[in-house]
Amino acid sequence: MKAAVIVFPASNCDRDAATALEAMTGKKTAMVWHQDNELPAGTDLVVLPGGFSYGDYLRCGAMANQSSIMAAIKAHAEKGGAVLGICNGFQVLTESGLLPGALMRNAGLKFICKPVALEVTETQSAFTRNYAAGQAVTFPVAHGEGNYVADDATLDRLEGEGRVMFRYQNNPNGSARDIAGILNEKRNVLGLMPHPERAVDPATGGSDGRAMFQGLIEALS
Amino acid sequence: MKARVFITLKNGVLDPQGKAIGHALNGLGFASVGEVRQGKVIDIDLSETDAAKAKAALKDMCEKLLANTVIEKYEIEIG
Repeated sequence: MKAAVIVFPASNCDRDAATALEAMTGKKTAMVWHQDNELPAGTDLVVLPGGFSYGDYLRCGAMANQSSIMAAIKAHAEKGGAVLGICNGFQVLTESGLLPGALMRNAGLKFICKPVALEVTETQSAFTRNYAAGQAVTFPVAHGEGNYVADDATLDRLEGEGRVMFRYQNNPNGSARDIAGILNEKRNVLGLMPHPERAVDPATGGSDGRAMFQGLIEALS
Repeated sequence: MKARVFITLKNGVLDPQGKAIGHALNGLGFASVGEVRQGKVIDIDLSETDAAKAKAALKDMCEKLLANTVIEKYEIEIG
């Protein structure tokens, strides 16, 4: 599996993502600058990392969505290529329209930085195929704007189509229906607020994220 | 031509920041303060001289970037 991590100004989990991917794949991960116009040839997985791209100006992810690399990412997703948006990456995906809904200020107004318990709701995707349905996992969260909002019709559709992939067991941020991560209609684009890439080494943050990367490697190699 | 764009959360979208501002105003003794909603104001200078054309362009700007219409609504004021 060839992975590429997009680097925006003020991305700060780009190297965490690359470290996790390299540990899991044993291969070098491409770091792609936001002003580039294309992805490296043969890219299987694009990771939009966490951080505060463009200082969260206007809205989280709004300016990153205007970057020149985004056209290539949209084309990659359109062709069925895998895209994983983590934290700020999830915000970029909702701003771009690749995923529905929006992420608002946490209901409690506080920045939350701690491990949280999640339920893997659906296993029908390259991202979650190596988890068991209903499996409890713990990933760290670190966000101030992770409160997932969408209208009821959208939420019903996400649930009806099995596109709510992760739910919070104890909702930390007010997200509608405890949603922590969702999939697009074609099931190749995942956005989630918690950080699976910070949960690949038992020495730092647990290892519950490994199954996501292992599943991607198996599905995409 | 000068334009001002007001961006606010749609009705029904929870505004935790507005709520916190309301609580703080109550704490300062402004007992009559009820619900508070906050938003942003963006001032834009335009070289366009035709008001209708300016308004159309501003609407396009709101839809494409300035507002996230999933959660926000916008109003445009010209002149």
